Amino acid sequence: MPLEDYTIVIGLEVHAELATDSKLFCGCSTSFGSEANTQICPRCLGLPGTLPVLNKKAVEYAVRAGLALDCKINKFSKFDRKNYFYPDLSKAYQISQYDQPICEHGHVEFYVGGEKKVVGITRIHLEEEAGKSIHSGTSISDSDFSLEDYNRSGIPLIEIVSEPDIRSPEEARIYMETLRSILRYIGVSDCKMEEGSLRCDANISLMPKGATVFGTRTEIKNMNSFRAVQKALEYEAERHAKLLDSGEKIVQETRTWDDNLGITLSMRSKEEAHDYRYFPEPDLVPVILEDEFVTDIKNSLPELPAEKFRRYLEEFGLPEYDAELITADRDLAEYFEAVVAIYNKDYKAVSNWIMGEFMRLMNEQGIEVGEVKIKPEDFAAMLKLMDEGVISSKIAKVVFEEMFNTGKEPKTIVEEKGLVQISDSSAIEQIVADVIKDNPGPVAEYLGGKDKVLGFLVGQVMKLSKGKANPQMANEFLKKALAELSKNQ
Amino acid sequence: MDILKKSVLELRELLDKGEISSREIVQAYIDRIEKTEPKLNSFVTLTFEEALKDADRADEMIRNKTHTTLTGIPIALKDNISTYHVKTTCSSKMLENYRPPFDATVVKLIKQAGMPILGKTNMDEFAMGSSTETSYFGPTKNPWNLEYVPGGSSGGSAASVAAKQAPLALGTDTGGSIRQPAAFTGIVGIKPTYGLVSRYGVVPFASSLDQVGPFARTVAESAALLSLIAQYDKYDSTSLNNPRPDYLRSLEKDVKGLRVGVPKEFFIDGLDAEVEQAVRKAVKALEDQGAEIVDIELPHSDKALATYYIVATAECSSNLARFDGVRFGHRSENTKDSVTMFKHTRAEGFGPEVKRRIMLGTYALSAGYYDAYYLKALKVRRLIKEDFDKAFTKVDVIITPTTPSTAFKFGEKVQDPIAMYLSDVFTTTANLAGIPALSMPAGLSSNNLPIGVQIIAPSLAEEVMLSTAYSIEKALGSIGLPELEV
Amino acid sequence: MSSITKETVCYVADLARLYLTDEEIEQMTESLNKILEFEEQLNSVNTDNVEPMAHAVPLNNVMREDVVEESMPIREAMLNAPDEVEGFFRVPRIIEKD
Repeated sequence: MPLEDYTIVIGLEVHAELATDSKLFCGCSTSFGSEANTQICPRCLGLPGTLPVLNKKAVEYAVRAGLALDCKINKFSKFDRKNYFYPDLSKAYQISQYDQPICEHGHVEFYVGGEKKVVGITRIHLEEEAGKSIHSGTSISDSDFSLEDYNRSGIPLIEIVSEPDIRSPEEARIYMETLRSILRYIGVSDCKMEEGSLRCDANISLMPKGATVFGTRTEIKNMNSFRAVQKALEYEAERHAKLLDSGEKIVQETRTWDDNLGITLSMRSKEEAHDYRYFPEPDLVPVILEDEFVTDIKNSLPELPAEKFRRYLEEFGLPEYDAELITADRDLAEYFEAVVAIYNKDYKAVSNWIMGEFMRLMNEQGIEVGEVKIKPEDFAAMLKLMDEGVISSKIAKVVFEEMFNTGKEPKTIVEEKGLVQISDSSAIEQIVADVIKDNPGPVAEYLGGKDKVLGFLVGQVMKLSKGKANPQMANEFLKKALAELSKNQ
Repeated sequence: MDILKKSVLELRELLDKGEISSREIVQAYIDRIEKTEPKLNSFVTLTFEEALKDADRADEMIRNKTHTTLTGIPIALKDNISTYHVKTTCSSKMLENYRPPFDATVVKLIKQAGMPILGKTNMDEFAMGSSTETSYFGPTKNPWNLEYVPGGSSGGSAASVAAKQAPLALGTDTGGSIRQPAAFTGIVGIKPTYGLVSRYGVVPFASSLDQVGPFARTVAESAALLSLIAQYDKYDSTSLNNPRPDYLRSLEKDVKGLRVGVPKEFFIDGLDAEVEQAVRKAVKALEDQGAEIVDIELPHSDKALATYYIVATAECSSNLARFDGVRFGHRSENTKDSVTMFKHTRAEGFGPEVKRRIMLGTYALSAGYYDAYYLKALKVRRLIKEDFDKAFTKVDVIITPTTPSTAFKFGEKVQDPIAMYLSDVFTTTANLAGIPALSMPAGLSSNNLPIGVQIIAPSLAEEVMLSTAYSIEKALGSIGLPELEV
Repeated sequence: MSSITKETVCYVADLARLYLTDEEIEQMTESLNKILEFEEQLNSVNTDNVEPMAHAVPLNNVMREDVVEESMPIREAMLNAPDEVEGFFRVPRIIEKD
């Protein structure tokens, strides 16, 4: 059967590193990129006799995430040990939450091809990160040895488990992007897949369309970008379909995505059933969340992306494309809102500038919204200058870039660089006259009927005026002068 | 003067008066250790050089009058308590050369108080045992009779105090590992309320049962040491934040009207007749001083041992998993690949009793067996605790024998795990319930071995436990200390 | 609770990353069975509706503020490292050889 005759069933397990200053159970810093084993202490190194103490902020962030994903926050939750041996696991157990996680039963909404999709969130729990292994070869399997760095060991994570509600690899990618957007909005994680602060494992199975019993699933690991998530699932879905078509059974196993080869591979490690022997963590006491604590956090949540999106459509009348782009990033959205709070004449204009020049310059210079030097009031002021005809849109681009690089006010830049638009009739008349004098050939062509040459002549007016001539007036006056000439001939 | 015969409180007076220096005290103990160690093997590591330096610092503190009750008094520490840069071996090959880069919290308190540390004492490997016979460094002998075990797992600490190698020592107690050796060597040993003393830096056996506690020759001296180490620790999430009283202050409270519970379940067939006699004598002594003796029931206490061996081994199987040869400790030379390295490192590093308990604990937690073993044991644990809660509505303290018999000979029980485990039958209940218990000498057997009597109190009731013990001690007098032929 | 077989002992030893010789497996099977027999007495205790007791302290919500504390100097971290390479802990290849 072709893939279209199957229903694809996908569930995702997403791990997000929480943006706390210190680790989950000790005071070591969580900052990224330090030299190996310089951000560890006896506790996260797992030295015997050390004990964990829970980071309050991590609990707050987990509750925030749960509320933003519409979960029930469990009043009572506890920690459990997940026991397994691996060189990057310093205690040979991970402190996690097994049967009483902090959040459960939520959901997230997003749009796929214009249609609304709802994916259930089964649970969210807190757990600690393991260290990092660097392999001597190009992969685990062809390495003679590995090097262990425990800087990441103990960093707080939330694991977000989705219901198997996702029905396509594209949906999976959009789900991930939505989660990322929400988590960044509420400030609990910076969700950078390239830094490992956001990771994803996927479970996928196929069943014939119309069936109700899920097929055998496989788990996929090692997808290191949103694009990889989609591609890996597309590959795996095809792989399942081919196997099912030829009457073969799907082996329930864990597979790794190889981005270079574009395929999934069975993981060669001995596949004993993972018996993690979960039991309650004796070194930590339970967490009992008071209603007030949860309500306070709920009240402190910012407007979430989905709400903002709707508001931008209704309140600002922006098209969906604009609203989606701007609300995707909370900082960007707040910047936009700061500008339109001052300049409320034309929301679309602001949106255009943001989506255009603003984002272009940010990308070129590799900076974030928070680092941008243009104050919202200056942005608004620039638009006003355009409205007043002090600068043309072309000059505005120059001014904008200068504002971006220096943070100076638009008025100052215009004065310093003498960019005030020339709107004085006699000045323009003079420039027009000069251009006509200096360009006999093109003028003759125009008078001979080649209308297109006007563009060139207008260009010459702009050039001569160093771009400052009011383009509409330049156009008008040039046409007038040429018409006069034609009359006189 | 014979420094070794002076009690801690007498030494305090002499130090404060300037009639003696800490250095002299430490030197006297060093000389004693050097004479007696070949026979006893109480210590794994001796830290004499540092101890003398600490003694000088203590003397300075005393001169400046910035000292406290135990400043200048030397102490021995069980070798599962982390000491900065000093080998902390847990008497195991696995940690034979391990030097922690940090101090346990109790060690910080000891160092702050200016107590010179004489050395790290021998123990059953990773605190698993009741005789110190499982130590990688050979057993410690009972100073009362060198053919007998000193008890375990804190055998070295107990022997060192009984043999006058140290006036004070610290041990740990998970199922009786302070109280049983205290009983076998005729000294006082306390397992405090769970959470009273910080566990930070103490290599864990069973996290929900372990506590650090004092060894001393008398009740008062043990109370002084308990006061020092019983502090809230923010680095231990199971540390209680209640204010701690000065345990020395309430010792002399009399026992008039004290309700003393005697549980019938602890006076069973396997109990040695002389032990029973000594314990009943202690109970009578309290009665004579005005206490009220009440028969009580602890119906689930006969299941305590079976409960303990599931809970403790389950927790230890997880606690000992970090010994994998990657970051510290022994590493096998069989390094074909990581899994092989783990398996051989652990096979080489652990002794048979440790392996046995890891296996039992792993099994009890494994899929399909968790409910039947671990979960079941946790429920029985709750019932054991509730027995005590009910009993303590009727009585203020409970008196029992500490052990069913006096010390046994080397090799007698080490082949049969169950026989060995049975020596903890009276002590494991207090650990499971998290309540404090003390063992003190109640007499000598006809073959000149000490008999211990145990006093159990409700959670955080160390004061009444200590004052009861103090009354018994006053009435019965001291059994003395063994004369070691050196 | 039934008795434990040699196969199960091997499985558990694997889970616990303990290499046991054939003789040790025999001995371990025997001692574990003895101990499990001893443990059977727990079966006779009625534990219906009893809450398991995992902690011996009545504490909840023990937490700390999100404040960074100084980490260990790397020399201290490596003090007991069995095999150190340029600030890393080195381990033999992670996947079992075929």
